Amino acid sequence: MRLTLNIWRQKSPTDQGAMVRYSLDNVSEHMSFLEMLDVLNEQLITKGEEPVAFDHDCREGICGMCGFVINGVAHGPRRGTTVCQLHMRSFHDNEELFLEPWRAAAFPVVKDLVVNRSAFDRIIGAGGYVSVPTGSATDGNSILIPKAESDMAMSAAACIGCGACVAACPNASASLFTGAKISHLGLLPQGQPERHARALNMVAQAAVEGFGNCTNIGECEAVCPKGIQLENIARMNRDYLVGAITYREPQAEAGAG
Amino acid sequence: MSSSATSPARTARMFDAPVAKKAVMALSGLVLFGFVLVHMLGNLQVYLPPGPDGRYALDVYGETLHKSALVLWGARSFLLLTALAHIVSAIQLAQLKNAARPTAYVKQTAIVSTYASRTMYWSGPIVLAFLIYHLLHFTTGQAHPDFQHMHVHENVIKGFSVWYVSLFYIVAMSMLCMHLYHGVWSMFQSLGLAHPSYTPKLKLAAKAFAAIVAAGNISIPLSVLAGLVK
Repeated sequence: MRLTLNIWRQKSPTDQGAMVRYSLDNVSEHMSFLEMLDVLNEQLITKGEEPVAFDHDCREGICGMCGFVINGVAHGPRRGTTVCQLHMRSFHDNEELFLEPWRAAAFPVVKDLVVNRSAFDRIIGAGGYVSVPTGSATDGNSILIPKAESDMAMSAAACIGCGACVAACPNASASLFTGAKISHLGLLPQGQPERHARALNMVAQAAVEGFGNCTNIGECEAVCPKGIQLENIARMNRDYLVGAITYREPQAEAGAG
Repeated sequence: MSSSATSPARTARMFDAPVAKKAVMALSGLVLFGFVLVHMLGNLQVYLPPGPDGRYALDVYGETLHKSALVLWGARSFLLLTALAHIVSAIQLAQLKNAARPTAYVKQTAIVSTYASRTMYWSGPIVLAFLIYHLLHFTTGQAHPDFQHMHVHENVIKGFSVWYVSLFYIVAMSMLCMHLYHGVWSMFQSLGLAHPSYTPKLKLAAKAFAAIVAAGNISIPLSVLAGLVK
């Protein structure tokens, strides 16, 4: 099949960037989207041009490295799929495609379709952890967890941090990501000690990073390759609000030491 | 992590976070929704026939509401402050939204979100513009050529007899309908209330209430124009 590709080319974080048009022939419908870009890049290199930079790693849809916006939809037209697992059979001959990087102030473009997602790491650093005893290993299954809760925590833990939720959100909000991380730890007994502090700190960090607010429109849930649900955002809001209302400064008058 | 939010000043900043602003939007929205619902039900008294003393139900209702200046101005101040909280939060959140995506997409496609949810920043200001006109029209009378204080029924009939005034009311109520269509459900999500069993029903109820408020209010200018209410 034959494709017309309009790809965002940006040399560096400070470069202004622009859409550049490419024609690509003999695209096999069995290629993944990234393999199709590999073919384009081979041609560009042969011609002495700069290849299109894009993030990728496992190409199995589980690492969260790849991702860009295809025709205005994060990760392209197939639901529950990252771009590496999107195949060219999802497109038709002579189709014109627009490829753009995730666009958010908190995700500065590094080059072409590659963005810097360190902001997500800093949100995790602000509270995406649990405290564990460092003594001898505890017995497995010594903490009982109801099936329903572990299911919800596992669903939230499926988030691979690709950033599609931010890309699809008209407010560039990181609520689905942050909500998933808060839910995944906050639903489990091990996550209880830091539960409200976690919500307060992670939400605050997301704001510091420059992500927008959630307007509950649901585009993030629709593009999420891992099916993270909007309910996680409600849980984040709940933990944040309860945490903010019941917050008290640590006092160690009796127990200090 | 110097910029992380663990400094002592955090307590003060907790209510500055976008999540807290959304809670303000939700709670003020709840009050305003309660008001428009009751306001619409009150308005429907325009359809009641005059009482034995020949007075219109709407006029008697208006008099009841004006009985105590304390209650009247208390309620008005409360609603005004609520509306201000809603508007100020909306402006702050809009600024945040614009700062969070400085470069627009060349192409952006919405795949699941409703038109109503994507246009809250438009339907809101239109409803506000309408609200200002509406107060000048039926409360203070500057925008009403034949305004008579406390002659509510007559003011309504004369006001809506002008077709373009009625048309503006109908358009504004359609905008309010869209705003409530998303907002009445959205406020629960913002406050952290979501559950797979209740959320779909809540969304349905929100749509129904939005339609009921709009239909009740739109029926009045239509009935006046059709000559069904005199």
